[in-house]
Amino acid sequence: MSGNVKKSPEQKQRIGFKVIGRILSYIKGKYRAYFIFAIAGTMISAFASVYGIMFLEELIDDYIAPLVEAFLNSGAEPVYTNLMIALLKIAAIYAVGIAGNFMCQYLMVLISQGVLKRIRDDMFSHMQTLPIKYFDTNAFGDIMSRYTNDTDTLEQMIAQSIPQIINTFVTVLIVFIAMLKTSVPLTLFMLFTIALMLLVTKYIGGKSSRYFIRQQKSFGQLDGYIEEMINGQKVVKVFNHEEASKADFDKLNDELRENANNANKFANILMPIMGNLGYLQYVLLACIGGALAISGKGSLTIGGIVAFLELSRSFTRPITQVSQQINSVVMAIAGAGRIFNMIDEPGEVDDGYVTLVNAKYDANGELTETDEHTNLWAWKHPHSADGSITYTLLRGDVRLTDVDFGYVEGKTVLHNVSVFAEPGQKVAFVGATGAGKTTITNLINRFYDIADGKIRYDGININKIKKADLRRSLGVVLQETNLFTGTVRDNIRYGKLDATDEEVVAAARLANAHEFIERLPQGYDTMLTGGGANLSQGQRQLIAIARAAVADPPVMILDEATSSIDTRTEAIVQAGMDSLMYGRTVFVIAHRLSTVRNSDVIMVLERGRIIERGNHEKLIAQKGKYYQLYTGAFELE
Amino acid sequence: MIKKLIRSVREYKLYSVLTPAFVACEAAMDVLIPYIMSKLIDNGIEKGDMLYTWKIGILLALVCVAALVFGMVSGITAAKAASGFAANLRHDMYYKVQTYSFSNIDKFSPASIVTRLTTDVNNVQNAFQMIIRVAVRAPLMMIFAVAMSFRINAQLSVIFALVIPFLGGGLFLIITKAHKIFEKVFKLYDKLNNVVAENLHGIRVVKSFVREDYEEKKFKDVSGDIYKNFSKAEKILAFNSPLMQFCMYLCILLISWFAAHFIVQSGNNPDNGMTTGLLMTLISYASQILMSLMMLSFVFVMITISRASMERIVEILDEESDITSPDNAVSEVKDGSVVFENVNFGYSKDKNKFCLTGVNIDIKSGETIGIIGGTGTSKTTLVHLIPRLYDATEGRVLVGGKDVREYDIKALRDEVAVVLQKNILFSGTIKENLRWGKADATDEEIRHVCSLACADEFIETFPNGYDTYIEQGGANVSGGQKQRLCIARALLKKPKILILDDSTSAVDTATDAKIRKAFREEIPNTTKIIIAQRISSVQDADKIIVLDDGKINDMGSHDELLERNSIYREVYTSQQKGAMA
Repeated sequence: MSGNVKKSPEQKQRIGFKVIGRILSYIKGKYRAYFIFAIAGTMISAFASVYGIMFLEELIDDYIAPLVEAFLNSGAEPVYTNLMIALLKIAAIYAVGIAGNFMCQYLMVLISQGVLKRIRDDMFSHMQTLPIKYFDTNAFGDIMSRYTNDTDTLEQMIAQSIPQIINTFVTVLIVFIAMLKTSVPLTLFMLFTIALMLLVTKYIGGKSSRYFIRQQKSFGQLDGYIEEMINGQKVVKVFNHEEASKADFDKLNDELRENANNANKFANILMPIMGNLGYLQYVLLACIGGALAISGKGSLTIGGIVAFLELSRSFTRPITQVSQQINSVVMAIAGAGRIFNMIDEPGEVDDGYVTLVNAKYDANGELTETDEHTNLWAWKHPHSADGSITYTLLRGDVRLTDVDFGYVEGKTVLHNVSVFAEPGQKVAFVGATGAGKTTITNLINRFYDIADGKIRYDGININKIKKADLRRSLGVVLQETNLFTGTVRDNIRYGKLDATDEEVVAAARLANAHEFIERLPQGYDTMLTGGGANLSQGQRQLIAIARAAVADPPVMILDEATSSIDTRTEAIVQAGMDSLMYGRTVFVIAHRLSTVRNSDVIMVLERGRIIERGNHEKLIAQKGKYYQLYTGAFELE
Repeated sequence: MIKKLIRSVREYKLYSVLTPAFVACEAAMDVLIPYIMSKLIDNGIEKGDMLYTWKIGILLALVCVAALVFGMVSGITAAKAASGFAANLRHDMYYKVQTYSFSNIDKFSPASIVTRLTTDVNNVQNAFQMIIRVAVRAPLMMIFAVAMSFRINAQLSVIFALVIPFLGGGLFLIITKAHKIFEKVFKLYDKLNNVVAENLHGIRVVKSFVREDYEEKKFKDVSGDIYKNFSKAEKILAFNSPLMQFCMYLCILLISWFAAHFIVQSGNNPDNGMTTGLLMTLISYASQILMSLMMLSFVFVMITISRASMERIVEILDEESDITSPDNAVSEVKDGSVVFENVNFGYSKDKNKFCLTGVNIDIKSGETIGIIGGTGTSKTTLVHLIPRLYDATEGRVLVGGKDVREYDIKALRDEVAVVLQKNILFSGTIKENLRWGKADATDEEIRHVCSLACADEFIETFPNGYDTYIEQGGANVSGGQKQRLCIARALLKKPKILILDDSTSAVDTATDAKIRKAFREEIPNTTKIIIAQRISSVQDADKIIVLDDGKINDMGSHDELLERNSIYREVYTSQQKGAMA
């Protein structure tokens, strides 16, 4: 049920086994020992239950029958001591069986939950290493569903199906041996009927899963429709569109009902069919066994038949139970497949070796590395050729030279872009959506790697700089503030995890955020939820600015940071922004031109090329695109 | 609550009643089988009577087939009943939501309505099917089996009287204990999903600040909590199967011990009472009874889980729209005049939280009105009162000389077209989207309104023109194009009053001016109310209203306001600076 690519049944089966093998490979370390003990427990439990059933034969043939005979023949008071002893013996075996079962159940909980936690943690840890490209090319809902739906079905499988399958396997094996011991011909007949039952399961199961897929599909369609309409409910009201919306809904709803009906129908009839075929098998066995016993062939006793009948139930029941789980196992394998696909996705490659270190000037005025917090940073650049290390002061000088770039190969979106930003300069990018403004910033912090050209940071090729250190030296404030659930303080501290409370407040003051934060009900300890839904857009942005400020990087990237704020609020945010920009190299992207006016350089981008560059006065004088934009003759999206 | 839900069963009542009936028949057959089996053993095999053995064998086979048929039919009717019930429930909910007013919609978030319509209904559907099948089957099976046991041997059946409450109590204890922990786990799941969702949304922030390890720790803390609690709950549940086994074994041992005595006394003669065949029957009954108890406990869990879903569904069904058409509603709007009389408005009834106070406006039919003000000054709220999307808390709003509350809502909204600020296009072609304004609009009409809204110029550059498919939410057109399409859609209604709520913010000033010119020339008799951020969008209006903090700060023409109103002047100069410098 995954993907659009049709796979042959064999291929699917192979993938299925691979996935199960992969899941089982998570059982390692102490879990391996648990697993062995759990299987041992299952075996003990199965043995006990088979022994109990076999005891029925003894009970009837060796204890009750002689007693009855003796009683009928002599009329003497029967003596039950032997029976008592036998029952006590069985009771003891049962007790061991229960203990074994409990051990298995308990250990399976530990194993399955442990495995699940590991898979979950692996998935998230690995996701953190994935390149931005992965997040740009996979829909949020798709990734999210791996943590929800796929993990849910996997959980079902690991916590229920797999233990049950193991249990079934062990039980069936032991019961089978016991059956063979009791009667070979009956066992052969059993196998024959079981095969028939499995065929029925396969047929009905196949139908059922086909309809389940259809059900899923129409469910998805209805869900999509509901989501779109409910989100647009206000438009529906305004246009009196309720009736039309109801009619379309009814159509999809009926379709879903029909498919749900069929899917459930086949799922529902499977259980009674299997259960009653089991009974039928039981009856046939009784008749055939009876015939065998009466004819004296096969040395079957009454006790033997009774025992065999019970054994047959123990044989069939787990098989039918497992066969009902096939649907969920198939779904779980598909889900697990998607999870492992993500885990197997190659992570971000980082060949950088230049790192960012605290620095100070020594007695000779030379820059050296230090463990102290000096507020002075340097690039530590080891040279493999002669083993020497050079230190370059972190200044924030960023130069792009003749950069070409495309998100997909063969589709270049940036052509020949050259930008020189000296420490403390403010460089603005202006242009329509899709002109490549954000792309340039994506290249500076190496979310994506350039195809051609060079980017140098303080004279060092950024490909040589360790990504984490490069990014630490670049601050960002985006249009989407992306605050996290937690207190205001936590959110600001996100920029520098070991920031003191004073530093947090100082950053907030710098960002013009301190005042409003103080006015919040719990001040800095106010909890933010839903991305800061309890704050206004402007307030959220101020916190995001404070967050960038506390990190105190030499270079800042401001990507449409004030775009969704109205002009009056913008004034406040702008003030925060201005103090953040002071003394730093800044790349600004904005479509409100008032924000970029005072930049040192303004780059006008069109279709991946810089078409105009210069400061505001120069560009106005030039009367080109910028002039048109500025005078409102042309609006940006 | 249940009553309210059951109302949605409707035409599936028959199936919902038939299912338990068939299930009861199946259960009866299932209980008969072990009993007849004892006859086969005692009278057939034990006595060596081949003919009898086959006769009973055939009877048994027939009973099995009957059980199979009843079981299948009940499965089919159950599916029909449950899927039908669910469809009706969704239908009722969706129809109810369609009657909601804006304030009802605000109360539930869209996401929560969607969840209620999908996941919650699914849960209830499953619970419903479970109830009509298993919840009937299990207790019936238990009653039948116990009754049969008493018939076979009342003294031996006392064993069941002891074991049933023991197992029942044990299961109840396990489930209630585990369930409490599971509820905690569900909350933790929400927390974990939230961590993932925030991480995904903010992945650029995470990576920019190099906070991958920090995020990982956050995730692992929650996933560790889940592990701990889930394991705790599952460990409790691990007692389930051993407990069940213990009870079953206890039954077997007790039945064997006492039955042996009875069999010896009867000489294993069916005519005298207990036999080896009946011993087997009793053991079968023991297993049926205990299994039924187990199933009942599952049903119990299922119902508890779905209870929350039921509550959420009923909330939707119970929510009554606070805006409805009155009896004898006026169905014709005379003209496009709008009057606000001492209007106060608040989203809650709290007087201190009014967001509009003392609003008095008089708009003549055909006038153009501009509204200016910062965010949070209730511009949108003000215009929403005109098509009665909300009701004024105090005072009245008159359209065409009559209180809006006197109109038939549909008639009123047909004449008052609003282009909402957060506007939405739906998946479908441009034409289909525009026809929301008028279902039977001709191509000619569509082209005309598009030219008024200056949308024709870009539509015609699309390869498929008016048949271009719009992705959900209008993702494949730009913001300015979307706004122009939304204006065209509203124009198609030929309304007497047209309200534009910041609807040209992404349109360039030249096009904006062109649209306004078209309004002036082509629809002079329509009252136009325009909310804008840009002064240029409203400066040629007949009247401009300056809103500040929910009050009318000033009202007048551009020139008047420029002269006397400081807010207006401030906004004007801040925008002029951009244009003139």
